[in-house]
Amino acid sequence: MDKNKGFFDRFKSIGRGLGKYNGKNIPKSVNYLSAKELRIISKENRKITEELELKRNRVGVSESEYRTTMKNPDNILEIENLHTYFFTDIGVVKAVDGVSFNVPKGKTVGVVGESGCGKSVTSLSIMHLVQRPQGQIVEGEIRFDSGDMIYDIAKTPTDRMQKLRGNQISMIFQEPMTSLNPVFKVGMQIDEVIELHNSHMTKDQVRQRTLEMIEMVGIADSGGVYEMYPHELSGGMRQRAMIAMALACSPKLIIADEPTTALDVTIQAQIMDLLRTLKDQINSSIMLITHDLGVIAEMADYVVVMYAGRVVEQGSARDIFYNPLHPYTVGLMASKPGKDKKVERLYSIPGSVPNPIDMPNYCYFKDRCDRAFEACEGEYPPTFSISETHRVACYHYANGGGGIRD
Amino acid sequence: MTEAGLAARMPFESRDDIIQVRDLKKYYPISGGLLSRVKGYVKAVDDVSFNIRKGSTMGLVGESGCGKTTIGKTILRLTDKTEGSVKFDGIEIHDLNKQDLRALRPRIQIIFQDPYSSLSPRMPVGEIIGEAVRERKLVPPEEFDDYITKIMEDCGLQEYHKDRYPHEFSGGQRQRICIARALALNPDFIVCDEPVSALDVSIQAQIINLLKDLQEKYNLTYLFISHDLSVVEHISDTVGVMYLGNLVEYSKKETVFSNPLHPYTKALFSAIPVQDPDAKGERIILEGSIPSPSNPPSGCKFHTRCSYCMDVCREIMPEMKMVEEGHEVACHLY
Repeated sequence: MDKNKGFFDRFKSIGRGLGKYNGKNIPKSVNYLSAKELRIISKENRKITEELELKRNRVGVSESEYRTTMKNPDNILEIENLHTYFFTDIGVVKAVDGVSFNVPKGKTVGVVGESGCGKSVTSLSIMHLVQRPQGQIVEGEIRFDSGDMIYDIAKTPTDRMQKLRGNQISMIFQEPMTSLNPVFKVGMQIDEVIELHNSHMTKDQVRQRTLEMIEMVGIADSGGVYEMYPHELSGGMRQRAMIAMALACSPKLIIADEPTTALDVTIQAQIMDLLRTLKDQINSSIMLITHDLGVIAEMADYVVVMYAGRVVEQGSARDIFYNPLHPYTVGLMASKPGKDKKVERLYSIPGSVPNPIDMPNYCYFKDRCDRAFEACEGEYPPTFSISETHRVACYHYANGGGGIRD
Repeated sequence: MTEAGLAARMPFESRDDIIQVRDLKKYYPISGGLLSRVKGYVKAVDDVSFNIRKGSTMGLVGESGCGKTTIGKTILRLTDKTEGSVKFDGIEIHDLNKQDLRALRPRIQIIFQDPYSSLSPRMPVGEIIGEAVRERKLVPPEEFDDYITKIMEDCGLQEYHKDRYPHEFSGGQRQRICIARALALNPDFIVCDEPVSALDVSIQAQIINLLKDLQEKYNLTYLFISHDLSVVEHISDTVGVMYLGNLVEYSKKETVFSNPLHPYTKALFSAIPVQDPDAKGERIILEGSIPSPSNPPSGCKFHTRCSYCMDVCREIMPEMKMVEEGHEVACHLY
């Protein structure tokens, strides 16, 4: 990717600078670009994406290209230095910019962050569901242990990926109404998944398995729900149907992208309880993406905190909740009103997330940070290990501050 | 119920009450069949009474579909009531004629949930905020610009934002525009219909702080509708808990949160996830989901999901009872 570095930097100045309002200097609207600038950008984008697409669409890719080995055999998924970029007409959006974390076998890893921090794009990258050709994994490795072979998902060709997706890795989406097809019966939609990945099963066996799945997710009237359309179900029931579909092939890894955000708290409690028991029942691992710290605290063994496309802090749930280190994590915790917080004013992190097209070259959080000091002027901080599990990307914990540079 | 009886029941009845809601009902007809006859009703709001004191915030919580938003809309007469009364500052809102209602409108305002769909994409922000002010001639034309600038600054917006369009703003900034639009008319009472549920946690805190600051500065009264209990706990003075169109518990914030009485309130509060990985406390998980409001269960509407259900609950609908000073609950247990 080195040869593209110059390209990304060349457009740093586009859309920046000052405008005028009533004779006063004001920051120019970030979305404004002239037609000429737009043309240059889209031409360059096409060049890069076409090259990447050609590479991805090759036929007969040999297995050795995407066969790899795990760094630690106890992990089901290892993400290393993942970069997923979107080549948009107003510039390159580095949605995921050097993310690394692991999902250990049988554990739940919670990924938390605000909207636009890249948590969903990370999960879509794992599933190969990033909108192509604009969205591309440009660098990094996603190692997944399927049992008989270890895949590097970033390099796996699409036809091979189709065998993994829904079978070994499956995803539960946020909005159950938009992810279920409204014109097909719920039972049929679950049948489809099972049929696709188990060609040896007969129609009756498939139906039997679907009914089993519907019962497993806590729907008593499995025969009735099998014959229903999605609109006939309530929000909680739809999410249960989605979970049944995701778990139909007993996947090794379940990615749950905000599975309870659209639901009421009482239903959320039911669904979280269900996910916890089912995970152990089918011996699987969960990667849980949410912006709700409370949900993370209840569900997750390990927590990854993301900000502006990068991991700022990761550790076990205890590390993060009892000893948050990164100023962003601390701010996030303080800004949530809570039961035992009797404060008049809530803490709020000043400012807002930097523009994704035009990221600064120092720490992305510096401009909003109340603990910024001289070292923060330097390049983006590397990660420092505080303990075996706990890592943080902040200069306050550099070698003198209790951390060891990775 | 007689006036005197009501006064005894209503804990905060006083001249300071800016909003008085009495036995409010809102039914939506379901029509069908050959001649589109009315087959039944969705009882969105069924016999709800409460008061809101001037300068305070009442939080309204409940699951989706329990009628929170309908109450907000009926109070503002954005939709007509079926029965009951809504008094704002002693004026019966649903009896006003068109001119009087229009004259009253600036004093009662609303902030909607979704800042993406409640702002016109074709209007610059200055126009969105100022349109109603100019139409109503609230300020003389020569002071108009300064007035809008002042309102925008109060809401944390900059003067140069006036000429920009809503798509150039983030969710939090848009919600500030919505607040500025409501505030520009110098209202006394604002219905906040889930104003922060579409926002991120860190932005949520900014907006909640802004709403609190404005309340202090302009002596505003809020009806704060939300399904997020921790937000309601932070901002409210009194809290009403709703279930299927009924108010099941109503009291001061401190009482409701420290000593919830209704089984539904208890379950609702225990379902809030706590930010503590070791606090895997006792959780009351409610079975099933909220029944359909077009065909609610007989007796107490909550009896189908209640773990304390008794025979009487299946037949008789419990009335709101004052259990302790200023703490009302509708349950046969008390």
